Amino acid sequence: MIRSEILKDIAPILRDQLVICNIGIPSQELHAIDDQPTNFYMLGTMGLASSIGLGLALAQPKPVIAIDGDGSVLTNLGTFPTIANNVADNFILLLIDNGSYGSTGDQPTYAGKKTRLEEVAKACGCENVITCEGKDAGSTLQSAIASNQMTVIVVKCESGNAKFPVITMDPVIIRDRFMKAVSA
Amino acid sequence: MNIDKKITDDLVANDISFITTVPCKQLAGVIDEIDAHPEIHHVPANKEDEGMGLCAGALMGGKRPAIIMQNTAIGVTINTLATLIQYYRMPLPMLISYRGELREPVACQVEMAVHTKALLAQMNIPTYHFHKQSDVEELDMILKYTFMCNKPVAILTDANFWGGYGDQ
Repeated sequence: MIRSEILKDIAPILRDQLVICNIGIPSQELHAIDDQPTNFYMLGTMGLASSIGLGLALAQPKPVIAIDGDGSVLTNLGTFPTIANNVADNFILLLIDNGSYGSTGDQPTYAGKKTRLEEVAKACGCENVITCEGKDAGSTLQSAIASNQMTVIVVKCESGNAKFPVITMDPVIIRDRFMKAVSA
Repeated sequence: MNIDKKITDDLVANDISFITTVPCKQLAGVIDEIDAHPEIHHVPANKEDEGMGLCAGALMGGKRPAIIMQNTAIGVTINTLATLIQYYRMPLPMLISYRGELREPVACQVEMAVHTKALLAQMNIPTYHFHKQSDVEELDMILKYTFMCNKPVAILTDANFWGGYGDQ
């Protein structure tokens, strides 16, 4: 499976949740598959999906799912100790690990070589770290939501992108409708 | 006047309840004071762009955020300021230790100090420079201004303001 197939699979689960979605093609895919006011699309700032998600989870009680990638989280590895030491049981980090920088031409990442992000997360103190295949992403995500425990899910999948248009929605509109959905 | 307490009291009075920090020796007292206030959720960050991401999330969760950091971090956060904080029009008070100014003992700190105001000006970030202790009287107004205009705002606090980091 590639990322867009996983996003299609889990879209019905994401629909009812607050979602912070990673910059680039992941946001374009989620936007095209199932645009929701509860989705916050990152249009810039590679690497901060997990940080924005954690801040949101710490500030309010609704469940938050941050969708990040292996390449982008590698630019912000300091996020794992922060997540581990500031436990928010309404926070799930869903790392789609396809071993490549998908938005820039599928160059390999170190996560696709020797580095295991699930081991990095555990070594940083994250307590619930689950690794699964793409086909099991939905059931794993659903269990994590039901567990009410902060969880890091690493979904291993193949690299590749679906062709969807760039998001042209104004960032202030994305933020405004998202904040209304958060406080609804 | 205890400026650590005055700064923290102004933050609390302006409903700021989520603060991320990357420490600086000059900021140690205010960070201690923040930790003594249970109404402020303090999340230490490993890098300042990560801290700004946390602040952006907290803002969207309904809390007023602030970041406390050193001016060297301007070099780390330009992209985050432009493409997250400014692009999505988010308010963010940045209480910044302005190293490399008068009474600085470490020469290397001057190397980023000479770029600090130029970078902030290039980013169109409203910038205030606290040089004397009495300058802290403007903090309350600066915080109100920040949340009025939904912009990142820099408050540079130099060694003279803190009572002389370099006097040793």
